[in-house]
Amino acid sequence: MKDDARSEMRRYAIGAVLSAALTLLAFWAVMSHGMARSTALWIVGAAALAQIVVQMRCFLHVGSSSKREDLHLILFSLVLGTLMVGGTIWIMSSLHDRMY
Amino acid sequence: MSSSAHPGINLGGGDPKAQRESETPAFGFWVFLMSDLIIFGVLFAHYVVMTGARAGGPGPSTLFDLRSVAAQTFLLLASSFTYGMASLALKHQRQVRPVAIWLIVTAALGAAFVLLELRDFVNMVGEGGPPQRSGFLSALWALTGLHWLHVTAGLVWIATMLALLSRFGLSDRNKTRLLLLGLYWHFLDLIWIGILSVVYLGGLA
Amino acid sequence: MADPIFGRLDWTVTPFDDFFRDPSINEGVAAAAASAVPLGAVAVIAFLTWKGLWGPLWRDWLTSADHKKIGIMYFVLAGVMMLRGVLEGAVMRTHQVTALDGGVLSAEHFAQLFSTHGTIMIFFVATPLITGLMNYVVPLQIGARDVAFPVLNQISLGLTAAGAGLVMISLVIGKFGTGGWTMYPPYTGTTFSPGPGVDYWVWAIGISGIGSTLAGINIAVTIYKKRSPGMKFLRMPIFTWTSLCTAIMMIYAFPALTVSTAMLALDRSLDFRFFTNDLGGNMMQYANIFWMFGHPEVYIVVLPAYGVFSEIAATFSAKRIYSYNSMVIATSAIAVISFTVWLHHFFTMGQGASVNAAFGIATMIIAVPTGVKVYNWMATMFRGRVRLSVPIIYLVGFFFLFVFGGLTGVILANPTIDYQVHNSQFLVAHFHNVLIPGVLFGVLAGVHYWFPKAFGFRLHEGPARLEAYLWFGGFSLAFLPLYWLGLMGMPRRSASYDNPAFEPAMWLAVVGAAMVVGALGVAIWNFWASARDREALACPVGDPWDGRTLEWSIPSPPPEYNFYALPRVNTVDAWTVEKAVGHPYEMAPRYTDIEMPRSTAMGVVIGGASAAMGFAITWWIWWLAALSFAVIVAALIARAFVRETTRTIKAVEVEVAHRAFLREASRTPAVGRDDEIAPDNLGHARPAVPA
Ligand code: HEM
Ligand SMILES: [Cu+2]
Repeated sequence: MKDDARSEMRRYAIGAVLSAALTLLAFWAVMSHGMARSTALWIVGAAALAQIVVQMRCFLHVGSSSKREDLHLILFSLVLGTLMVGGTIWIMSSLHDRMY
Repeated sequence: MSSSAHPGINLGGGDPKAQRESETPAFGFWVFLMSDLIIFGVLFAHYVVMTGARAGGPGPSTLFDLRSVAAQTFLLLASSFTYGMASLALKHQRQVRPVAIWLIVTAALGAAFVLLELRDFVNMVGEGGPPQRSGFLSALWALTGLHWLHVTAGLVWIATMLALLSRFGLSDRNKTRLLLLGLYWHFLDLIWIGILSVVYLGGLA
Repeated sequence: MADPIFGRLDWTVTPFDDFFRDPSINEGVAAAAASAVPLGAVAVIAFLTWKGLWGPLWRDWLTSADHKKIGIMYFVLAGVMMLRGVLEGAVMRTHQVTALDGGVLSAEHFAQLFSTHGTIMIFFVATPLITGLMNYVVPLQIGARDVAFPVLNQISLGLTAAGAGLVMISLVIGKFGTGGWTMYPPYTGTTFSPGPGVDYWVWAIGISGIGSTLAGINIAVTIYKKRSPGMKFLRMPIFTWTSLCTAIMMIYAFPALTVSTAMLALDRSLDFRFFTNDLGGNMMQYANIFWMFGHPEVYIVVLPAYGVFSEIAATFSAKRIYSYNSMVIATSAIAVISFTVWLHHFFTMGQGASVNAAFGIATMIIAVPTGVKVYNWMATMFRGRVRLSVPIIYLVGFFFLFVFGGLTGVILANPTIDYQVHNSQFLVAHFHNVLIPGVLFGVLAGVHYWFPKAFGFRLHEGPARLEAYLWFGGFSLAFLPLYWLGLMGMPRRSASYDNPAFEPAMWLAVVGAAMVVGALGVAIWNFWASARDREALACPVGDPWDGRTLEWSIPSPPPEYNFYALPRVNTVDAWTVEKAVGHPYEMAPRYTDIEMPRSTAMGVVIGGASAAMGFAITWWIWWLAALSFAVIVAALIARAFVRETTRTIKAVEVEVAHRAFLREASRTPAVGRDDEIAPDNLGHARPAVPA
């Protein structure tokens, strides 16, 4: 029981430290002025994705031991979210290109 | 005990009955959060579409204060961590006191976040950037404002939770509520990562 | 500008006032409609008081958390709204036959009519009908005692009713918006629509939309978590499958509606610039976000109808559904693909050809799974012992009429063609052609099918057939000519026209509308007549159609806890198999105490406060808006402190009830299918063919 508590504690701590590090990385990419804009954006994006994964695993305990329906749910949400966000940006940028 | 569990910490083998009773609400609440995620997703998409619609009004470089944003980010991250501590206290110590203390710490961090961001909002208005100024600003305020409202609602929930704890102690229903509240609180940090990256860092890169 | 107490409300907002100033037909129709609401309300109140029914209404219905009662209340709500919606349709048609260069109604009034009609039909008829159906049937089909979150269920209903109430109030106090059921800005922004009309729509839709999201969550979680032991996903009835897909779609589609509506509300109430003409607003985003909801919505309402037809095809052909797996795959495919086609509602907005092409192709693809289903239903009936009862009659009507509507949809999916007929009567014909033969026929068939389950007696078959034929004929006359009108160039939403060639088709359409009103009259009469003759139509044993799924194994009406003992399932069509080779109507080895949710006023409180809040914001009565919001929050918090939320029904009590039911079943002679609609059919079925 104690051991369990300690390993779970460690998991939260790792999550927090990794999240903080990834946040710092993202801030650094934007604030250190030497970088090309697109590079900075890529770093920010990658750090954000990584941090989301870290927090899902360490704080929300989503992982291979999660129930099947949760994994379905997360996957389905990702698919639909991508469709809606991606579709919107595609449609509106096409519209934008033809209007100006 | 099934080894698999819904998101959030599970109460584990130490408390199988409460764990079982929490399963349907935990799953239901997780579904609700996914629905909420779509709301944020649409607002994110709208924000991206509207980044150019400034109509001569102020843009990211005049409006954003990265120092304040960094402070908010770490406050929220810290509060997410302290909520985790509350969950661990719930699971392993099984006493009201430590749980309540961690909840209060979480709420304090959350309140600091809310106040800091509120100050940013006020400053934005001062710099000629109220939501009525442009399509871009409407989109910005909608996205950040909705997240702000969520955190504020979370504070109300924590306060209610504390009252419930003092009234009913660690009853099974309260345990379930603590699990759901945890899902909610961690979820808000996930959304914030998106806002930080897309709005603030993306806007200033 | 606005009064601190009454906001922008004053004595001139009712249509009566206009009628006295200007007694024309136009104002007369408005005033008559406006009187119908308070008169109807007074009549209902008087009736309830006279019969002393307030107590039972409150105790047994409004505060009940029983999914069956909530399902029925959804139907009552949708029925009332449908009455108004259909009458509005008929009034519009009456106007249109006289509309060659004019017409009896003003253009403004006509615009209000199509706006309320469309809003009501989609949000307060189609959506609550299918929500009610799922609510009633799903827990019974999966062998559950209730939904996963009974109180939330009540709140969903309360929110839907609040939205419907706002639309009803708009008849009497102020006017509804004129922007159609979609309320596109910038026309619906404050510049062009300063009055309260659009706000009514915004809050009615915003509030009821949240109710629908919550209903979707509830039904999906119920199906995930509350299935009877042994009921794996691939053993669920097809109706439950379609409900699951619909519920999931509600969870993901309604948020988009919530967002677009909230944004419009912010534009209107706080001067935001989301969709305005000036300062960088982008009205195209409204169309985009709205239809991210709007298209899935049409599948949300039609999938459960497909589910009903699946149950009916199997039951009334005494055969297993043909190709169960392909039904499941088709249903799931529709649920996903329907999120990839929304742009076909605005092909003409101005985006590039490749975008249009992609969405056009996706739209055509989504017709494929529906086609698969149509073949499956036909194959189910093929060589079955088909009984031509009312539900099957609707299915056959659906085959012809719905498929036609679907084909015109595939035509519209081609962007080049859509450019020609966009916004024309062709479109009006198309969507009525899928909504009426699809959704409505499905629900009507479902009502006839499950009515005996809910109330313990069947509906008269004769009038129900007449009703079905009136619907077929009325629909065909009222809408099929519109395809032609559209191709001839008549726009939709036009209050008048100047081409005399349109007039004959309009006459056909008004005759059709009259027949539909007749169908509704027959339906009402049939409910009444069947209730009167309920002794002769009774089927208390609960299996009048030789059903195949679990809901037919319990009495009609079911006990509040549905099942005396949770059934064990190890196949699809579990009840049919049980009847053929198992032991139907037997005592359970063991009974347990049952916990059922207690009654609560949460739904009424939250629904009422939401309606008050919507009304207050519409009329700028800010104190009332703040107060109502505070009531909602306080109610939610207070609810958390309620300790006793369930009550226990003792195992012995359940056992006694079960024994009584089994005695009744064994005393009741089993009838074969030839006597299905005879008075002998007391709900004990003699299986026609072994499984
Ligand atoms: C049953 C008899 C019905 C009649 C006589 C009828 C008649 C009409 C008429 C005349 C219009 C206006 C067309 C125009 O814009 O020119 C209309 C619009 C519409 N109807 Fe119906 N209708 C009926 C049933 C339904 C049903 C059952 C539904 C949905 C479940 C429905 C949904 C709509 C919608 C969404 C619109 C579009 C409103 C708008 O333009 O914003 N109708 N109907
Ligand atoms: Cu569509």
